[in-house]
Amino acid sequence: MENNKRELQIAALENGTVIDHIPSEQLFKVVSLLGVENLKTPVTIGYNLDSKKMGKKGILKIAGKFFEQDEINRISLIAPSVKLNIIRDYEVVEKKLVHLPDEISGIVKCNNPKCITNNEPMRTRFQVIDKENVTLRCEYCELKIKKEDILLL
Amino acid sequence: MNKNFFVSVADLSKDDILRLMRKAESFEKEPNRNILAGKVCATLFFEPSTRTRLSFETAVNRLGGKVIGFSDAATTSSSKGETLKDTIKMVSNYADLIIMRHHLEGAARYAAEITDVPIINAGDGANQHPSQTMLDLYSVYKTQGRLENLVITMVGDLKYGRTVHSLIVGMSHFKPHFKFIAPEELRLPDIYRQFMDEHNLPYEEYVDFSEEVINQSDILYMTRVQRERFTDLMEYEKVKNVYILKNCMLAESKPNLRILHPLPRVNEIAYDVDDNPKAYYFEQAKNGVYARQAIISDVLGVG
Repeated sequence: MENNKRELQIAALENGTVIDHIPSEQLFKVVSLLGVENLKTPVTIGYNLDSKKMGKKGILKIAGKFFEQDEINRISLIAPSVKLNIIRDYEVVEKKLVHLPDEISGIVKCNNPKCITNNEPMRTRFQVIDKENVTLRCEYCELKIKKEDILLL
Repeated sequence: MNKNFFVSVADLSKDDILRLMRKAESFEKEPNRNILAGKVCATLFFEPSTRTRLSFETAVNRLGGKVIGFSDAATTSSSKGETLKDTIKMVSNYADLIIMRHHLEGAARYAAEITDVPIINAGDGANQHPSQTMLDLYSVYKTQGRLENLVITMVGDLKYGRTVHSLIVGMSHFKPHFKFIAPEELRLPDIYRQFMDEHNLPYEEYVDFSEEVINQSDILYMTRVQRERFTDLMEYEKVKNVYILKNCMLAESKPNLRILHPLPRVNEIAYDVDDNPKAYYFEQAKNGVYARQAIISDVLGVG
């Protein structure tokens, strides 16, 4: 009974994507990186929901939208352990995990003020040189950036 | 190596480096060739560097090419706020080759992305100065007859000295044994120690500049300890006269030892070293023209 009530907090989805286990503090960054604000379909955003695993979590239910893997990989830097449930006709037909891509373009800011990317109107580009520890290298100034120093644009 | 640009030492394979060494060697034997006849080379120096610019322009002239360009961005549209992209696009309409120096790091890599005209990086901020590395490598190659299995000792500012960092990367293909001598404050950065560990390159670090280390070396690479690098000027006063090479320190050194320095020097090599046949820094600068001729001919696929 308790479970049912909790489920009812968020409307069921006929077709679309449910993104679960988003760290609460990253939820709105995830919304922005996925371009959710530009969608025309109904979106439910759950914030600070109780989670056994995470304490507090965020959840996104997006109707009528199925993400390509490289779209979804954009959020891997800030929410590496999210799960995607692909819903068709009220059923979960597929579960997807995010993967850190080999290259990250236009999401991260280079921490070097003398880097060309901070001085020209251009996209940033980073190679992921260590997927396990999440270390990036700027394609331009070659600065290595560790996970804890990563800043999003 | 993508033949169309020369941006970073890290892009070069062992074969690329050896090919450039052989080319430099052949340009040294015969520096005046007409392989750039009819070609226009632009030297875009957004930041002044007389030594590097003259060396590149000499290389182009000796190969029969024509030079256009500027030696100071203050006289160009970039001082009016033009983006690098627009300047590069504009010059690409005129020139067959762009040799550029810029104060921003990554500028040359970006330029290489926005134009089909070959780009040579003549220095991008504190990041890369790969033609300096080529002339350093050529100087090692020429004086030792090989690049493999050498003991290379680097002295001075190992923290900020980009020539030091690039030489480590360039030499890494050739099983070097490095020795680093620097004050604590100017020690080699972690990422280069990691780089050597990843490549299984042996190295030792010292604070004392001793004859014992010099005597084991094949190459002694001196750099300048600059006052402006120190946060604590007391520290600078303590070390400024410690990392100075004097002729008497070379008495027991190996016969094949050669002393390199990217120049300009201030006081880190005493003048009495200049007459020692092991002093090689002036010839090293001369090698810059041959190394740059090799780079130019390689990116343009001529000669």
